[in-house]
Amino acid sequence: MEIKKGIAVSPGISIAKAMVVDSEDYRIPRRTVTPSRRMIEIQRLRNAFKDAINELTGQDAFKDEMAQKNVKDIFAVHLRFLRDRSLRKKITDLIQNESVTAEYAVSTTLRDIASHFSKTNDTYISERAADIYDIERRLLKHLLGRTREKIDHLTDEVIIVARELSPIQTAGFNRDFVKGLATDAGGRTSHSAIVARSLGIPAVVALEDLTETVRGGDIVIVDGNRGIVIVNPDHETVTQYRDYSQEFLKLEHRLDGLREKPAVTRDGVRIKLLGNIEFPDEAEIVLEKGGDGIGLYRTEFLYLNSPTEPAEEDHYKAYAETVSVFKRRPVVIRTLDLGADKYTQSKRFAPEPNPFLGLRSIRFCLQNIEMFKIQLRAILRASVLGEVKVMFPLITNIQELMQAKMILRDVMEDLDDESIKYNRDMPIGIMVETPSAALTAASLARDVDFFSIGTNDLTQYTLAVDRGNELVSTLYSSVDPAVLRLIRTVIQDANKARVDLSVCGEMASDPENIMLLLGMGVRTLSLASPMLPEIKQIIRSVNIEECNTLARKVLTLNSERQISGYLRDAARKILPEAF
Amino acid sequence: MQLDEDTLENTVLKIDVKIRNAEGLHMRPAMQFVDAATRFDSEITVSNGQTTVDGKSIMQMSMLAATFGTRLTINAQGSDAKDALEALRELVEVKKFDEPAPGQ
Repeated sequence: MEIKKGIAVSPGISIAKAMVVDSEDYRIPRRTVTPSRRMIEIQRLRNAFKDAINELTGQDAFKDEMAQKNVKDIFAVHLRFLRDRSLRKKITDLIQNESVTAEYAVSTTLRDIASHFSKTNDTYISERAADIYDIERRLLKHLLGRTREKIDHLTDEVIIVARELSPIQTAGFNRDFVKGLATDAGGRTSHSAIVARSLGIPAVVALEDLTETVRGGDIVIVDGNRGIVIVNPDHETVTQYRDYSQEFLKLEHRLDGLREKPAVTRDGVRIKLLGNIEFPDEAEIVLEKGGDGIGLYRTEFLYLNSPTEPAEEDHYKAYAETVSVFKRRPVVIRTLDLGADKYTQSKRFAPEPNPFLGLRSIRFCLQNIEMFKIQLRAILRASVLGEVKVMFPLITNIQELMQAKMILRDVMEDLDDESIKYNRDMPIGIMVETPSAALTAASLARDVDFFSIGTNDLTQYTLAVDRGNELVSTLYSSVDPAVLRLIRTVIQDANKARVDLSVCGEMASDPENIMLLLGMGVRTLSLASPMLPEIKQIIRSVNIEECNTLARKVLTLNSERQISGYLRDAARKILPEAF
Repeated sequence: MQLDEDTLENTVLKIDVKIRNAEGLHMRPAMQFVDAATRFDSEITVSNGQTTVDGKSIMQMSMLAATFGTRLTINAQGSDAKDALEALRELVEVKKFDEPAPGQ
């Protein structure tokens, strides 16, 4: 039995067999298999060689008479390596003698060969190491590709263990069988965390070297409430966790009874509770959990899931599907909010030295106007299907907002010319997630219909803290007095200008923060759907007067530690069983 | 070329060759060598004085990392050993893997 501590990012308890998912982009950790599994690994290796050879001989350039000679030569060399018996024997021997996975055996053997080349003094020969890495990638692609297929066609309940998961890997997750996630890397806002929360499965991230400890088929407990993963638990621990999990489910069921009830405080103030989603099929979950609409529809998956740029129809289909679930209830679509990731970096000549202060989000869109227009066209077309609103992320000044609105008007004119229908009065809003936007909220408010406070980025930029960096992550807190002062400014300016305001960051899904946000004047919250019932329960247990008193008190406190302690105590009194 | 044994089946022959193309025995020449060696039934090994490798394995041949001027000993054992060595010598020293010699 081994207990690993990480960061809890999605609540719940799961006990199931582990399925370890490696990735071509990362070093494959050394992982052993039981001696009886060695034959299976060797067979997997054989298949990977066969698939890689078939792929190579089927490639156009290989057949094409006109293809450049050096490209053909490279492919021919790869093919000779794939057919080389002594190479295959070397890898097979490693599996046989050391009982390791096929992935690890391939990766280690080829990297050894590559480093042999790199060490030679002759530059021409040392450069050949690159060819060996290519061959490694070819083989891994087939080994891992088959695992990916397996994930898409699961027949048993599993807990997915990985270094980090990419959107392509998570896209095929089947909710009936994927019971939990545990990753080496990541933070609360990493892709794995967001997906786990939207699927409503427990997840723990930042476990550092979990993938080296766990073997496929090991029993794993993921405790998404306390941020713990237990590998090969003993009998007693399993029993304990089964009981604990039952209790937790009971609480959840009780909360499910709240679905039809409105989110109103004891003294009758109605709070709008919306869901944050990433994929269209999550819209149904928001509805199931009693959400009043979508407060944040992230659209990045459209760009990350496909190898090519999404077409207008891809956007439109996704938006139409989501909007059709909600009909007369709001759906806030946020325009592309990427940067510092593979997609946007691939469009650049050189990687940015400081990506979070670089060309990301709306800045990227304003420099890629044709791409931006495609998304806006699709949003406008979907606007006739329901109550669609558009939201621009990461606005830092009025010019950016004006420019984005001007492009939107251009797109409207194009649609007019083509006699395509759209809602001319579609509400336009911005994310307030930079200190500069918060401080100039009064002037930005004149040109928008709504604000949505993105507390994750607002906290990061205000406190100058990267919370993915464990050396400083303890400094990250959305209830830091500096962040709270900015939030208060935004709320006051929004109220003065009579523009709608919501909070859509992680802050709004933390039960401890709800009284504070209500007391500061927030009446719309948007959060991950699994948290909706619990937050509704809290709203129904408080009255605004006590929230106001709490908020006034909190805003006089000068340290983050005092504030978070104060909020925790207050929340415990309201809903003891949730804590 | 020296003859070690008389029986045709077990003939073991060897020759010394020198790498004469500027870029040495990198991937493409290694591939040509392996392709040429594979056409013969004889077992073919290549030695650079320190290590001896299978002349029909591209992995092992390329790992010799033989640069311009390197001397290699090619051994062949089998019924077509003589033809094999002649073909390989021609590839390395005469055709120079269809690549330029230094300064060319």
